Amino acid sequence: MTVRLSVVSYRTPVHNDWCPGCGDFGILSSVQMALADLQIPPHQVAVFSGIGCSGKTPHYINAFGIHTLHGRVLPFALGAKLANPSLTVLAVGGDGDGLGIGAGHFVNTGRRNVDITYIVFDNGVYGLTKGQASPTLARGLKTKSLPKPNINDAINPIAIAVAAGYTFIARGYAYDTKHLKELIKMGIQHRGSAFINVLQPCPTYNDITTKEWYAGEDRVVEGKPLPRIYKLEDEGYDGEVKSADFDEMNAKKIQAITKSFEWGDRIPVGVFYRNNFIPSYEDRITENIKDYYSNPPAKQAIASADGRTIVSIDDILKEFLV
Amino acid sequence: MGSTKISWMIGGAQGTGVDSSANVFSRAAAIYGLNVFGKREYYSNIKGEHSYFSVVISDGPVRSTMDEVHLLATFDSETVVRHAWEVMGGGGIIYDSMAVNEKITSIPTLEKPVLERIQMRLSREGVGETVGDVLEVARRGGVRLYPIPYMELLKKVGELTGEQQLSALSRMTNTIAVGVSLSLLSIPMNHLETALSQVFRAKAKVVKSNVLAAEVASEYVKNHFASDFPYRVEPRAKTKKLFISGTSAVALGKIVAGCRFQTYYPITPASDESVYLEDHQVFDIYHEYPHLKEVEELNGHGSIVVVQTEDEIAAINMVSGAALAGARASTATSGPGFDLMAEGLGWAGMNEVPVVVTLYQRGGPSTGLPTRHEQGELLFSIFGGHGEFPRLVLASGDIEEAFYDVARAFNYAERYQTPVVHILDKALANSNMTVDVFDPSKIRIDRGKLITSWDTSLGTYKRFKFTEDGISYRTVFGTENGIFWNTGDEHDELGHITEEPSLRDRMMEKRMKKLEIADAEIPDSERVILHGDYDAPYLILSWGSTKGAIIDAIEYLASEGLRFAFAQVKLVNPFPTRFLQNLMTQYRKLIVVEQNFTGQFALLLRAKTGVQADHLIVKYNGRPFSFSEIRDGLKEAVIHGSPRIVKRSGG
Repeated sequence: MTVRLSVVSYRTPVHNDWCPGCGDFGILSSVQMALADLQIPPHQVAVFSGIGCSGKTPHYINAFGIHTLHGRVLPFALGAKLANPSLTVLAVGGDGDGLGIGAGHFVNTGRRNVDITYIVFDNGVYGLTKGQASPTLARGLKTKSLPKPNINDAINPIAIAVAAGYTFIARGYAYDTKHLKELIKMGIQHRGSAFINVLQPCPTYNDITTKEWYAGEDRVVEGKPLPRIYKLEDEGYDGEVKSADFDEMNAKKIQAITKSFEWGDRIPVGVFYRNNFIPSYEDRITENIKDYYSNPPAKQAIASADGRTIVSIDDILKEFLV
Repeated sequence: MGSTKISWMIGGAQGTGVDSSANVFSRAAAIYGLNVFGKREYYSNIKGEHSYFSVVISDGPVRSTMDEVHLLATFDSETVVRHAWEVMGGGGIIYDSMAVNEKITSIPTLEKPVLERIQMRLSREGVGETVGDVLEVARRGGVRLYPIPYMELLKKVGELTGEQQLSALSRMTNTIAVGVSLSLLSIPMNHLETALSQVFRAKAKVVKSNVLAAEVASEYVKNHFASDFPYRVEPRAKTKKLFISGTSAVALGKIVAGCRFQTYYPITPASDESVYLEDHQVFDIYHEYPHLKEVEELNGHGSIVVVQTEDEIAAINMVSGAALAGARASTATSGPGFDLMAEGLGWAGMNEVPVVVTLYQRGGPSTGLPTRHEQGELLFSIFGGHGEFPRLVLASGDIEEAFYDVARAFNYAERYQTPVVHILDKALANSNMTVDVFDPSKIRIDRGKLITSWDTSLGTYKRFKFTEDGISYRTVFGTENGIFWNTGDEHDELGHITEEPSLRDRMMEKRMKKLEIADAEIPDSERVILHGDYDAPYLILSWGSTKGAIIDAIEYLASEGLRFAFAQVKLVNPFPTRFLQNLMTQYRKLIVVEQNFTGQFALLLRAKTGVQADHLIVKYNGRPFSFSEIRDGLKEAVIHGSPRIVKRSGG
């Protein structure tokens, strides 16, 4: 008998202590809805997080939930996925976590294309330490938590993801959970590293890129606010690579990078880039280990019932025998 | 007892085949039936700097190198100039007869202090400053000289093989040096061919021409030198042995112990282990038990995934991820990399994840002496990281021990669900020695409280459930009804964050309890090994790769009537406090030997047992203790009573 899994199946009774109105709630429920839509049993899912407000996400999801170290979410997630490639592995973290302290892992994960989905909660500030500027806060901005305007330039996560080699790159908006849920589903179903940057207003420390600002409430046209956010797919943008042709891949990458710099009056969300022609890291492993998928590291028997090793090194020892 | 040891050395510029010629020589001697110990010394450099290999061959056990050289094989001037002084009277130097007129000041890679020291010695002897003058001083000291016209012999090899290119021929220079060495030592040349084909796997042509080169060399020796080289050794009964390096032995240990996931970031001298594993990624499963379900599922072979990460932070944390998924997982690194792993190690300790870190210490601090030896991380491996968490630290004394200890490290990690540091060092990593053939049937695999399913009638699964021994049942990712949470924050039994003080107390006590259990459960025999003369008046205490030199030295000193007991401490955390407290009362003097400045083991000993060692023999110049240094150091300690003895030999 198969029980149909609902969003409730992915909830835990843990008290959620995010600030009221936090964008994180939207991301959390998008993840839960995506898992329910895909009917992935909770025990087949491992959710990893970094440190900060977003780091608490796994505690609110009924699945293996691993709250790791500041900036280190990706290595943990990759280790789990490579040890057992049948798992659905999600990584979540803040913009400071992934693009500041964890930037090295962010870039190098792109080189590998391991089949995981990485969701960045991008709010421009370090919330849990009371609102310092994060790597995505533009220069010159002074949120209410900053004593002086931000002196550093912001980095562009989408452009970096393209350059690093991620094969599914999207941007979502925390308050559009229906759209975000679809992006997360696409990310999970994509065979390779999916990166989803989510614009997530921080109601407590970031009084600049607020929910109202994204909604365009500061610029009313004909009595209605003119939203800043628009969907790429609504305007015919197609980020999908259609063939293994090198030139096409590059053209699509450049298109995504160009698009990623659009900001301010109009802010695109949706899929910037998708490429199914790059082999995943797991596929690359099978070139050396043919039965990697059926006998991955976590599934291999290593001992007989009485604790003896089942490995024979007779053949290897030949090179050392004297 | 009563064994003969001969010390042979070969040197040359890095990239000129010093390694492979030492390997060929050592294997030929080992195939002949001798025991061999070889140590590699090299600069942090790819080509041009001086490197050398020091090898001891013996009819009895040999576990260390010695300072005295019986036969020095050279094919460049720098090796003569640097090492001629180490050759003992009656010994010999093989050198290029064309190079004798070269001035020692024209050797660019000779450091100024070394050059000045040599110039002083030459002027004291009233000779000039050429390679020939260095050799003359050696000759006056009773050293035999064996000039070899390398160029002439190479031309002859060229005629015989049809090889005309000088660059191809010159690659055989070192083989000529090996051929001359084997002839002088009366080691039959037929073993050389086997050795060459092992070293140059699958390169039949290379083997053939090198065999020819060695024959030409041997012929030359017969025609030009009297066969009176005084040092020779013949094997006793020939048994099958392995001639293997530390890093290869550890890699094999991991395969056998069930390690199926290894990460690393390139670092000297640890990377060799990971590269070896990657080269042997797929391996056989026992044919003798074809009926085993496990063997059938694996189609006759197992495999290990090796990931080269972007840094050591990723390396340790990827290992935690893999361990949580259920794989036995480890990483291998050296000091600078281990620094970066400190935070990840603490996370694994907090979340009770079984991870193994193989730590090859090298000269520190900072980049230190990247290719040289030191035991400077004893205290760091035990105490490094913020906050307090349980960990076990296991130190192997030699290559053979290291192979078997790998499985122990994984067993400890899974049994106590906590990080284990298997602490080794450069000397062990880069030495080669003959050892008894590894026997995997001696190894047992213990996965502790690992479970593959959870019966919900027992209630909700709690990863960190409070138990008598502090150890809870452990599921892995994918286990139905076995979901858990982890966090670096303090947590409750389910793994969710808590800051509640009484829960914090209980969790801290649960984790630390595991170390007490380990201390109570692990037998003394796995923690301390006693060597030497138990009834002796003096007790040596040491850890790690000093073992070989200490045993060789106390065996020698026994023949002079000086008797020592030696406690080799293997499990340095939890420290074998009770056992050592009882043991130490039985000796008149305690001597600690270790390869660092501050005497970290002596400090730990005092902290744990309240006992202050009487003598400390230390060394920190980056070169491992030789047998000779320990021999002399022990005498200094017991005869002259010096409390701190510093050793400084090695080039």
